[in-house]
Amino acid sequence: MAAQAFRSIRDIPLEEYFTSGHRACQGCGETIAVRHILKAAGPDVIVITATGCLEVTSTPYPYTAWAVPWYHVAFENSAAVASGVEAALKTLMRKKLIPDKKIHVVCFAGDGATADIGLQALSGALERGHDFLYVCLDNEAYMNTGIQRSSSTPYGAWTTTSPPGKVKPAGQMTYKKDLPTIFAAHGIPYVATATVSYPLDLINKAKKGLEVNGPAYLHIYTPCPAGWRFPSEKTIQVSRIGVQTGVFILYEVEDGQFRLTVKIGRRKPVTEYLKTQGRFRHLSDKEIDVIQKYVDERCAKFGLPPVEAST
Amino acid sequence: MSKLSEEKPNVKTLPIAGIIFVPGSAKEYNTGSFRNQRPILDAKKCTKCGMCWVYCPDGAIYLNSDKVYEINLKYCKGCGICAEECAPKAIKMVDEEE
Amino acid sequence: MVLSKRIAIECSHAASLAAKLANVDVIAAYPITPQTHIVERLAEYVANGELDAEYINVESEHSAMSACIGASATGARVYTSTAGQGLALMHEMLFIAAGNRLPIVMGVANRSLSPNLNIWGDHSDMMASRDCGWIQIYAENAQEVFDHTIQAFKIAEDERVLLPVAVCFDGFHVTHVIEPLIALDQEEVDRFLPKHRKAAYRLTPDQPSTWGSVASPDIQTELKVQNEWALNASKDVILEVWREFGDLFGRYYAPLEAYRLEDAEAAILISGGFAGTGRMAVDKMRKEGKKIGLIKLRLYRPFPIQEVREVLSGVRSVAVVDRAISAGGLGGPVYGDIRNILYDVKDRPAVLSFIAGLGGRDITVKDFIRIGDRALEAASAEGGEHKVEFIQVRM
Repeated sequence: MAAQAFRSIRDIPLEEYFTSGHRACQGCGETIAVRHILKAAGPDVIVITATGCLEVTSTPYPYTAWAVPWYHVAFENSAAVASGVEAALKTLMRKKLIPDKKIHVVCFAGDGATADIGLQALSGALERGHDFLYVCLDNEAYMNTGIQRSSSTPYGAWTTTSPPGKVKPAGQMTYKKDLPTIFAAHGIPYVATATVSYPLDLINKAKKGLEVNGPAYLHIYTPCPAGWRFPSEKTIQVSRIGVQTGVFILYEVEDGQFRLTVKIGRRKPVTEYLKTQGRFRHLSDKEIDVIQKYVDERCAKFGLPPVEAST
Repeated sequence: MSKLSEEKPNVKTLPIAGIIFVPGSAKEYNTGSFRNQRPILDAKKCTKCGMCWVYCPDGAIYLNSDKVYEINLKYCKGCGICAEECAPKAIKMVDEEE
Repeated sequence: MVLSKRIAIECSHAASLAAKLANVDVIAAYPITPQTHIVERLAEYVANGELDAEYINVESEHSAMSACIGASATGARVYTSTAGQGLALMHEMLFIAAGNRLPIVMGVANRSLSPNLNIWGDHSDMMASRDCGWIQIYAENAQEVFDHTIQAFKIAEDERVLLPVAVCFDGFHVTHVIEPLIALDQEEVDRFLPKHRKAAYRLTPDQPSTWGSVASPDIQTELKVQNEWALNASKDVILEVWREFGDLFGRYYAPLEAYRLEDAEAAILISGGFAGTGRMAVDKMRKEGKKIGLIKLRLYRPFPIQEVREVLSGVRSVAVVDRAISAGGLGGPVYGDIRNILYDVKDRPAVLSFIAGLGGRDITVKDFIRIGDRALEAASAEGGEHKVEFIQVRM
């Protein structure tokens, strides 16, 4: 599997397959990721998108920001639809009814669509081994419907369905479902996590996922100014501090082999991350300690350095 | 706005299954109207690192024919990421006039 | 030279055979009684190379229809089958398959909807989804299951239609019985049905298109009306395809099939396999001089309004036998449709509703005779309301 790595920004193709004119919020993290993943894929791709921010803001009839073939069917089944697309391409090419050339099949789905309602369909598609790339754009809530929690919402986050109060001081009381680990357990050839503040890492992982023969899962942390409550210009900063505090761990699992792709020298305390976002404003020291402990445990498991003491 | 939204198809003229047969038709839509501040790029300070182009959620920054980075105000929503991430501080956000 | 062979086959396997001869490209398969035999036989065909297709073992019926939608939008010829709970689980996707104008063909082994868990036949599954925009055809026996499935691809893929087709047949009473079938040869099928689908629109990088965008109140109505027009207009194509099939193979089909109706005063109307029992009852009643006939409704959606009005124009009453309840309404679902289209007809017959055969309960010859007698009573009565009757229910 020889994937041509993008070694610098200069290597990133200029062509935009996800065009301007979409209606996403100012500073939307998802759209940054999508632009680059499509650049990695090129024009020979069929994209299936689940219901969500990306789908709604990119295709209000008659406008479409997609310069590639694109299908939105429903919320929970992008992986099942992709299975059908992939199977059709395979058969039609085998029967020589369409030219035999590589056409990537790519799913974009949010965290709600992946962790909750679409978990079954994705699990099924991965087990069956379809040749496609599934990208989860994780903004840690059901953002398109107005910021409701998903099972990918982290402990301590405010959302409209996990608001903090006397009875539930943390807001979101349960811990973020570890989707990359779940899908790596399916034994698929490639699983990776990425985020928008490390664009080369992101686009190279997308390329790997596309090139691999079989299913690939890419989990992208995409900060959301509207839902996480931070000014729109801070999207990349929030993404960056997420990595530097060990909240977002960037790694890949290639044929079962784990590898950290972005190593951090000194891990900053989690307060550096939490203070950037209004959705964590309600947290007391008690909850922050819980979060720090949780992040520490995860970082230890994934091989990140211990947290450096706060100054 | 754009002329696309003025055309209202009827039952006969609506494309089958509501399929949009024009790829990238969103380019007709002026998302610049979202702005309340706009970026000003000082080409003299620009080191052409390209990070603004990488990070723009709207693909509103591009290399023009003179190989200079330019911001397309038709689409720029004024999010400010480019100014925030510009290492030599070549981009400044100013309030939209009016 | 006649290439067709007369064979004995289980009705569900007749569906599999038809899909094989139709040279489908993609099959989505999920097990549920009583249709499982259909997908099992298809799995064998694919495994031993008799059928060149991608066989997707999906993880639920919702995913089965989703995969069919994806494959069909990419231009493949697609088949799946389901029943009861499976069809109910697909419900959301059925509207999308039809609304996105995808020529998917599906076999529905009509099964009772839970609760309670009942694997046996009735029409409640398809009736609960009857507004999904699919063409719906009811088959009575192996021959019809086979013929209608092959015809379904031709109807669905016609450029004037581009709608999915459900071929329905009663769970167990039809699916599991072994019957004689005049099985068309591959060469014969190829004379009737193009070997491959020619999709005018599909997902392809050669011509990028966006499917399933967000439609505001400004657009949604036009979209829905356009699809409704297409469904109604498909009837002409269905009749055309049936005529062509008949011309080629000698078996002609129509939206309705009238049996001994010529001088009838009353009629029994029913869809599906129990029409056979109904005919036996009609024969018995005719021997006693009762002027009664039977109408089998084959095409359910688009509803054959003209044909139903014509066939009922001679009788004074019609007893509609539904294998489903339309909850909270008046009478069964087919009864509602019949009564509806007769309302504006001058000198319309009396319409009676009988609900029978729920959850696999048999409808006997005696039951049909009782229904027939009630219909004859109503034929000679001067108006009056007819209470909905449940057949063979321990009240």
